[in-house]
Amino acid sequence: MSLIAVTVIGHDRPGIIAEATSALAELGINLEDSTMTRLRGHFAMMLLCEGDTTVSQVERALGDLAADGTLQVSAREVDRDEPGTSSGRPYVLTVHGGDRLGIVSAVTSVLARAGGNITDLTTRLTNDLYMVVAEVDLPVDADESVLAAELTAIGRQLGIDVALRAQETDVL
Amino acid sequence: MSLHDWSVHDLGTEGQVREVLRAPDAVLSTPSEKVDPGDASVVQLAADLVATMRVSPGCVGLAANQVGLAWHVFCVDVTEHPKARTTHGTFVLCNARVVEASRKEKGREGCMSVPELTGDVKRATRLTVTGQLPPSGDEIVVETDAFEARAVQHEIDHCDGFLFLDRVAGAHAVYARKTYL
Repeated sequence: MSLIAVTVIGHDRPGIIAEATSALAELGINLEDSTMTRLRGHFAMMLLCEGDTTVSQVERALGDLAADGTLQVSAREVDRDEPGTSSGRPYVLTVHGGDRLGIVSAVTSVLARAGGNITDLTTRLTNDLYMVVAEVDLPVDADESVLAAELTAIGRQLGIDVALRAQETDVL
Repeated sequence: MSLHDWSVHDLGTEGQVREVLRAPDAVLSTPSEKVDPGDASVVQLAADLVATMRVSPGCVGLAANQVGLAWHVFCVDVTEHPKARTTHGTFVLCNARVVEASRKEKGREGCMSVPELTGDVKRATRLTVTGQLPPSGDEIVVETDAFEARAVQHEIDHCDGFLFLDRVAGAHAVYARKTYL
């Protein structure tokens, strides 16, 4: 059994997901985790699938999807990483302000230096407003107030609002 | 005085519709100054906020910094909103602050200052705030819940220099707005 990472990205139209997943189903491949969304009108799919198949079989099966040149498709085998249990504390970082170069790199570099691991990140650009929301696991020994002060200072330099707060975890 | 005894006519002045500023305007990130609720310019601002809210489709509240003044004043009106339970009609509060907040629930929020995005935000659904009424300056306590509580917290956030974007629940809690209403 191999674990294969598939990406499909390109011009959005109805039916991309149906076609891609039908082709994979016909190969007997099981879809595991996936993210599919639209980025500024482009469709973007990332998924991990598992099956008794090879990368070239998957590429052939998805060949029709890429045939008209509007979608780029890739498949490659990846190692099976067992999902680790995070020992970090979950936080949400929000950033908004005027669009300019280097916002994401500036704030994520601060998190990286503190040993923070970003588990999910979304950015949105609407007119002049740039928005980043990141979910980040901070090491247990990270000093949240020092980190928040550093992020505020970066935000001031860039003229953007940066906020870090503990993520509220809903447990039934 | 109670909020039920107050009406926008108490302001004694016609409100003018003002332009609503959009993020990333710096005034939206500026914590507001306390105001004198009896000051003529504050009373005029209160009337202007109500007038602007009333001509804006779907608008259930507006804070002073959204019209460019970092003053601690906002208006709210959630009357007849389907998600509202307790409602106090149209009201304006100066220098309001949260006294008690409990029973947080997630709900979708939008904002005239962030017209193209909405987001899921956890807010208290039981809320007690204090504030002053213009033009009398009477200090009142407002107890509310559900949608009105959400609107009041959203507006107090504006007065403190925060947008709902600062409070979204996670990376998948921000959405492109499909329709304004």
